[in-house]
Amino acid sequence: MNLEFSPEEIAFRDEVRAFIAENYPAELRGKQDEGDELSKEDFLSWHRVLYKKGWVAPAWPKEYGGTGWTATQRYIWSEETARADCIRLMPFGLTMVGPVIYTFGTPEQKAKFLPRILSGEDWWCQGYSEPGSGSDLASLRTRAARDGDHYVVNGQKTWTTMAQHADWGFFLVRTDPDAKQQEGISFLLIDMKTPGVTVRPIITLGGEHEVNEVWLEDVRVPVENRVYEENKGWTCAKFLLAHERTGIAGVAASKRGVEKIKTIAMSESDGDRPLLANPFFRRKVAELEMDLTALEFTELRTLAGEAQGKGPGPESSLLKIKGSEIQQRITELALEAAGHYGAPYFRGFGEGDNEHPIGPEYANRTAPVYFNTRKTTIYGGSNEIQRNIIAKMVLGL
Amino acid sequence: MDFNYTETQDMLRDTLARFLADTYDFETRKKMIDSAEGRDPGIWRALATELGILSAPFSEEQGGLGGGALENMIMMEELGKVIAIEPYLQTVVIGGGALKAAGGPLADAVIPEIIAGNAIIGFAYAEPQGRYDLANLTTTAKKDGAGYVLNGHKAVVYAAPWATHLLVSARTGGAQRDRAGVELFLIDAKLPGITRRDYPTVDGFRASEIYFENVAIPGDAHLVGGIDLLERVVDEATMAVCGEACGVTRKLHEGTLDYSKQRQQFGQPIGRFQVLQHRMADIFLEVEQIMSMTLMGTLKLDLPAAERKAAVSLAKAKVARSAKFVGQNAIQTHGGIGITQELAIGHYFKRATMIEGQFGSADYHLDRFEQLTYPKA
Repeated sequence: MNLEFSPEEIAFRDEVRAFIAENYPAELRGKQDEGDELSKEDFLSWHRVLYKKGWVAPAWPKEYGGTGWTATQRYIWSEETARADCIRLMPFGLTMVGPVIYTFGTPEQKAKFLPRILSGEDWWCQGYSEPGSGSDLASLRTRAARDGDHYVVNGQKTWTTMAQHADWGFFLVRTDPDAKQQEGISFLLIDMKTPGVTVRPIITLGGEHEVNEVWLEDVRVPVENRVYEENKGWTCAKFLLAHERTGIAGVAASKRGVEKIKTIAMSESDGDRPLLANPFFRRKVAELEMDLTALEFTELRTLAGEAQGKGPGPESSLLKIKGSEIQQRITELALEAAGHYGAPYFRGFGEGDNEHPIGPEYANRTAPVYFNTRKTTIYGGSNEIQRNIIAKMVLGL
Repeated sequence: MDFNYTETQDMLRDTLARFLADTYDFETRKKMIDSAEGRDPGIWRALATELGILSAPFSEEQGGLGGGALENMIMMEELGKVIAIEPYLQTVVIGGGALKAAGGPLADAVIPEIIAGNAIIGFAYAEPQGRYDLANLTTTAKKDGAGYVLNGHKAVVYAAPWATHLLVSARTGGAQRDRAGVELFLIDAKLPGITRRDYPTVDGFRASEIYFENVAIPGDAHLVGGIDLLERVVDEATMAVCGEACGVTRKLHEGTLDYSKQRQQFGQPIGRFQVLQHRMADIFLEVEQIMSMTLMGTLKLDLPAAERKAAVSLAKAKVARSAKFVGQNAIQTHGGIGITQELAIGHYFKRATMIEGQFGSADYHLDRFEQLTYPKA
């Protein structure tokens, strides 16, 4: 057991670092620096660079287009992309539906969808939650009735992230209304351009248009777009949620977040000293670093377990709970550190407005980001649901 | 980067776990603690001779198995699972660690005695006024010809009543809180001028207040290295008690989980209640984080001093906080029976509580981390 990188791993790290420096899209970097809202094209610009290099899906098996990296290489990759402040790629294709398709899909589904997820040609969204089905996901009511070789889908989904850009969506629908809750559900892939699909924006606390309502009215979906068996969609859903949870720890990005807080707290003055020298503030930063280190080494232990063939199991709930709490504490401390200049609301100005600089740049989006990040303990199975999962699946209660 | 134990390490753990399962049940431990000596010397002898595992962290040239901090962590974790009262921490981790680092003829002479089970070492470093500041010393070692003369009072020296040797920190010069002038000495515990006041501790060990009155010690008792050596030894000891905390809190977790499945109230096992399910999940989270931080700190013990100290302090602060959470919630979940002496759970809680403060509380270690990492307050 040791923490040192081998010479090969150091060479790999240097290669990754150089690749990012040379290939990260300049326009995207500029928008990030300005705090501008990112467009679909912005997200795809980095995606396409990685696709071309063959690095877009490090976690996928090699046969489907993965990189074949070791756990340590994947760790280095996430460290380096966070260090360079690269955007996170949209997870809906790459870390959600992709693994479901290569695990449960037919050869035809694999051939049709996986290459287009990798290339970025298809933008995916996730149709899980409904207005009446949040934590109690299995109570979902969106109905898919069989009509020959089609399903006819009716219902409403909500909290559908980035659905405004989506080409395809993966949906949990009820195919057997008489079965016990989890047993009558199927996993459908729906072309978002199909007649009857309507996407309406929901604006969240920070003013962002991230999430949407998706209305489905007599949407005809070919039966060949069902993944896995009819009424067995819950198996895919659970698999996907466990997969989603490991990435959700977000250790490398949180490390960068802590560094940002320290930068702000060194710039902000507190009497005749920097804020970071205030014993009360810096104790909170130290506790954050402590808990983040605990999360990092818990994730490393999990990755080592995965390398030995133990898949991401219910223990990944631990990573979700701690990772999301830490993400929230980071945004909370950043806002606190920003002081007065947390208040100005920049949505009132045009994109890239350079004529109205108000306060230090680091303070600009601390409040909207804080508001937005309240989502992390709610989504992906709320942290209360994660504790239920641990109690049931890990502790046998 | 590699997170796997070697086969030898797995074997070490299995050997010790099997031995302790046979010898260290709760009732036997209680009898040892209640006996006049407060321990069963046969256990220590068996660890040395039958199992031959007191040699685990020593190099092959020193007659050891070639291990180090990870081996100590494994040993301490297993000892923690039975809340053993053996002086492994003081003798092997601390005494052995100081000798390993300092080297020289004294190390060559005493390490084989540790491995053979003949030497037991008490660590006389704390003083009544010093709290966790290792340099806050009034005990003096005054040069006298080829040797030194010791004077002073050392506080709560675990295992001292059983000790053949004492590892003593004392001041050869400088003012009471100066880093310069702090030195370590390994001395015979029975030298003239040493008096002890022995007592039991709340977590089942025996300890002493030790008074040195003009104790003449030979010059070769000095372990060269000053405060840097002392800090290194204490950091290694800190990670060893974190290893022990892994074992202790794992058992608190398991014991509480079992109890919540058996104990019936309102016509069902209390583990059916969601409020307790979430508490059990939180206990699980804390125990896992104790494991993670213990590995982190242990694997960073060989880094340069500033990085080592920052890592050890983050680890100990987290372990202290988490151990408190696990211990208190284990007792709360047990209800009234948890606050009696009858069940093992309360005795694990007592050891976990003492571990919280051993070699520095969470506040002390967060402060040390901040001093090393952030600008001056």
